[in-house]
Amino acid sequence: MLGTTFSLAVRSIFRHKLRSFLTTLGIIIGVAAVVAMVTLGKATTKAAQQQVASLGTNVLQVRPGQGFGRGGGGPRPPDFKEEDVEAVARQVAGVNAVAPQAQSTATVIYQGANWSTTINGTTNAFFQVQPWPLVSGRTFTRAEEQAGKAVCIIGNTIRTNLFRGGEAVGERLRVNGVSCDVIGTLSTRGQGGFGDQDDVIVMPIKQVQRRFTGSRDIRLMLVGVDPAYDSAQVQESIKQVLRERRQISGGKDDDFNIFDTAQISATLTGITTLLTQIVTAVAAISLVVGGIGIMNIMLVSVTERTREIGIRLAIGAVASEVLMQFLMEAVVLSCLGGLVGLVVAQLVVFGLAPLMQVEFMFEPQINVIAFLVSAVIGVVFGYFPARRAASLNPIDALRHE
Amino acid sequence: MAAREASVAPNEPPIIQLRGVSKVYGEGATAFQALKSVDLDIAAGDFVAVMGPSGSGKSTTMNILGCLDVPSSGQFLFKGLHVERLDRDQRALLRRKYLGFVFQGFNLLARTSALENVELPLLYRGDGKKERRATAMAALDKVGLKEWWDHTPAELSGGQQQRVAIARAIVTNPDVLLADEPTGNLDSERSVEIMKLLTELNQTSGITVLMVTHEPDMAAFARTIVHFKDGLVERIEAQHLQGEVVA
Ligand SMILES: Nc1ncnc2c1ncn2[C@@H]1O[C@H](COP(=O)(O)OP(=O)(O)OP(=O)(O)O)[C@@H](O)[C@H]1O
Ligand SMILES: [Mg+2]
Repeated sequence: MLGTTFSLAVRSIFRHKLRSFLTTLGIIIGVAAVVAMVTLGKATTKAAQQQVASLGTNVLQVRPGQGFGRGGGGPRPPDFKEEDVEAVARQVAGVNAVAPQAQSTATVIYQGANWSTTINGTTNAFFQVQPWPLVSGRTFTRAEEQAGKAVCIIGNTIRTNLFRGGEAVGERLRVNGVSCDVIGTLSTRGQGGFGDQDDVIVMPIKQVQRRFTGSRDIRLMLVGVDPAYDSAQVQESIKQVLRERRQISGGKDDDFNIFDTAQISATLTGITTLLTQIVTAVAAISLVVGGIGIMNIMLVSVTERTREIGIRLAIGAVASEVLMQFLMEAVVLSCLGGLVGLVVAQLVVFGLAPLMQVEFMFEPQINVIAFLVSAVIGVVFGYFPARRAASLNPIDALRHE
Repeated sequence: MAAREASVAPNEPPIIQLRGVSKVYGEGATAFQALKSVDLDIAAGDFVAVMGPSGSGKSTTMNILGCLDVPSSGQFLFKGLHVERLDRDQRALLRRKYLGFVFQGFNLLARTSALENVELPLLYRGDGKKERRATAMAALDKVGLKEWWDHTPAELSGGQQQRVAIARAIVTNPDVLLADEPTGNLDSERSVEIMKLLTELNQTSGITVLMVTHEPDMAAFARTIVHFKDGLVERIEAQHLQGEVVA
């Protein structure tokens, strides 16, 4: 019986192709919108998380100033000194290592080729606080670090552009006129949301301060936090140490800020999830509107096919069979619409992912859910018209023009 | 005429018995009594023509006999079964099993092949696909339209459409074929063809035929003519076979 009803429904749907297509258009758009939005939302969240994760987890960035958007007027707060770095490293429990950073830009020359890049002055702690392994060579020796020798570890972009991907360790570069030995090469970190992270040269901070920035200032500390400790607690301790060192009394605001990558990651995820939810809710409404569209056309269809219903009843169809036929038609229609919608959704994701700079993803869960919802919509919105069809009086139906 | 005689079984109880059947349409001030008190017996295997002026209650009676409608009062026994006591679905099942319908307006499903139209009652009976095809083809063959099986109603003449409708009505081997003005939309030549077909079905398959018609030429094909007037059976006329006892 069910098989027969199904084939009847399919036959009736394909007998009226245009009407069927228009009926399901709402469902197609609704399902496509929901699935595409959720998938793109997830892809965006994933991309954002990856970018933040590339900064290293359990890493705090400590900078002078009040942080984003809170600049305000007044004198620029002082940069950190070497002693501040040591104090944070020694006095705060749960801190694994603290890497000071002093940055400058410079032109690098190797065998007549030159390249403009970022010079990052730091210590070996830099390689402790974040996972950024070397592919060849070594990190700084103690002596190099303390004396601020002219040695450097180069990022992958430098190696590609100046050494054509060949071995660079042992070679000598000129950085803003300073001769510098390459002692190591870094593995690639790729294109994050923060520009090309491989376009960098890492040198001992003392060398950078002496030859490039011309001061002993430290603009950034990277603090590696022991995962066993509570990050908030560690941040609070760092705050206390720095406030004391910078002589900030009781009621005054900090003149430095601590940027927690894990926290940013969570915030970003929260924002993208919220946005996804809002857009999905709007898309879901369109799905319901699609269901109402189905009901609308099914009601018209019942009126239009009154005579057909009369014939079926006269021939001996019982009410439940007529009900099933129309219900089945609605369900098959909305399921077909759902399937087409899923295909459209994948195409939309495939088309938009590169534009949004995210990966193409297939999310099985939302696809299954959206399909089931479209089936349920068929049942819910098909029931009323189907019941109307089943309750028709055969004589009146047959006489209907 | 021998075949005709043989097809009627006067000793069996009538397949259809109406006892004091009335039908009132509407309620209160607008109520209209379409049937007053109809008593009518129809023997199995008979070929009955129902005649009478417009509005005399012919279609109303046919609807009741076809189990599409119920009397307002009185009894309708079909094969001894009190149809007036059955509910909607039970009457549907009765139609499915024992009755076939032919309408004035053919009432075929549009955009649907002749074969699929004829298959329809078998579908509700639950026949398998192959069986359905074969049975429907045989019915189309009986009405002489085997070659036209894949044509849709729009591609068939009126006479052909009515023959498809007849094939659909007889495909389940019903006991009774009900036809309300089956030739009403056809010219006289096509009408005669349809009447010959009905006569043949009546004689060879022993199917009881009940037909409403306005045309005496068509009624002439029937063995019994029931005349209606003002919601009552005015008289019953037996044709060809003198001395046959009809209710
Ligand atoms: N559904 C209905 N509601 C109200 N009155 C009806 C209804 N159906 C039929 N009637 C009335 O009942 C009377 C008998 O109708 P019926 O259709 O049985 O006549 P008929 O003999 O078939 O006439 P015709 O030859 O014109 O087909 C008519 O007066 C008609 O107007
Ligand atoms: Mg009539």
